[in-house]
Amino acid sequence: MIEARKIVKRFGLKPVLRGVDFHVERGEFVALVGPNGAGKTTFLRILASLARPNLGELRVAGFVLPAQAAAVRRSIGVLSHQPLLYGDLTAEENLRFYGKMYAVQDLEGRIGETLHLVGLHRRRRDLVRSFSRGMQQRLAIARATLHEPALLLFDEPHTGLDPDAAAMLDDLLREVAQRGRTIVMTSHDLQRASDLATRVDILSKGKIAASFQRGDIDTQRLLETYRSVTRE
Amino acid sequence: MRGYLRVIRAIVWKDLAAELRSREMMSAMLVFALLVVLIFNFALELDVRTRETVTAGVLWVTFAFAGTLGLNRSIAMEKDRGCLDGLLLAPIDRSALYFGKAMSNLLFMLAVEAIILPLYSVLYNVNLFVPGFLLVVLLGSWGYVAVGTLLASMTVQTRTRDVLLPILLFPVVLPVLVPALKASDAYLQGLEMSAIMPWLNLLIAYDVIFTALAFMGFDYIVEE
Repeated sequence: MIEARKIVKRFGLKPVLRGVDFHVERGEFVALVGPNGAGKTTFLRILASLARPNLGELRVAGFVLPAQAAAVRRSIGVLSHQPLLYGDLTAEENLRFYGKMYAVQDLEGRIGETLHLVGLHRRRRDLVRSFSRGMQQRLAIARATLHEPALLLFDEPHTGLDPDAAAMLDDLLREVAQRGRTIVMTSHDLQRASDLATRVDILSKGKIAASFQRGDIDTQRLLETYRSVTRE
Repeated sequence: MRGYLRVIRAIVWKDLAAELRSREMMSAMLVFALLVVLIFNFALELDVRTRETVTAGVLWVTFAFAGTLGLNRSIAMEKDRGCLDGLLLAPIDRSALYFGKAMSNLLFMLAVEAIILPLYSVLYNVNLFVPGFLLVVLLGSWGYVAVGTLLASMTVQTRTRDVLLPILLFPVVLPVLVPALKASDAYLQGLEMSAIMPWLNLLIAYDVIFTALAFMGFDYIVEE
């Protein structure tokens, strides 16, 4: 689903990614963890075609970036710390707008389905600005999955959520993953990453420093490795 | 082509629906435009003949300044909640995104003009309901939002966007404002078509040039 080879990204003279190699198979749920400034968001923006790498080869959902960016965009759904929703539109209107952007077939049916999935069907006619942060994030999941993308990219989706809302989001992420979608999620939270994902990769100093498969994930060993590879 | 128009329609509908609920942009533009017209009204205590000669200038200054407020707000609304990324992630032709935003900006500007023109007519006792003049207002407004939407998309990425947009926009949009002002003045003074046509042609030419440049350049401007 994702093949990234020697991805380099610099902002001015400052290198952020220093040759990232990253591969994801169809159906995997990969958590990308790392300290602040490790380049997680930058890497996810590159995968989402929102930023271009300076060097490296990248193939997402079978398409080459940046040459086939439109095809990649059709195949991905993105959730970031910001909900990418319009506060002055209702939940339903937001989804209808994005559905038109993606030319979703049977749009009204899909809107109903996704709102049921995220538990917001009864609030579908309420303005998004009246929603709590947790509800906005759930609606953002509905937005990201509306066009049934094969690959979902989640950039620290738990940021700013209280524990209850975060737990509800975890359940929702599991449900989305069980539907056979491939997910790449960045996070600071090692415990949550190891609970949710089938693989945890540690991004540090602009490279993938360690990788753990679900069977090998032991929280203590993950924490020790994380500390050793992220130490200055 | 149908898909392209569907995207433009969806963006225009979204902007209108959001604005009808918040009324943030229109109220700011309208209050500002009213204040400018009122200030000019008190500042230029002129006789009827002189008023006719300053009308085009006063109106275009008002439209240009009020328009800048609208442009800033229109693009900032996309940026503030990360919605610009949401639009850039959609598998759409980015020029459709540009035309959608430009069309909404044009509608907001025309709505403000539709309120200011009758008010100005009453305050200054000048007949502004001249079809040729109204055509110039439409063409001038399109040229203004064509450049303005492009530059606002560029300055929205900066921290000083509110200050930077007028500094960049006014010099660039001058080739639209000058013929719009001259053609408006000529229509309102009832001059011959031979005196109006050169300015009108220039205005149309700049509208076409700026629209084509924005069509070609928007993708590069919004790309990181």
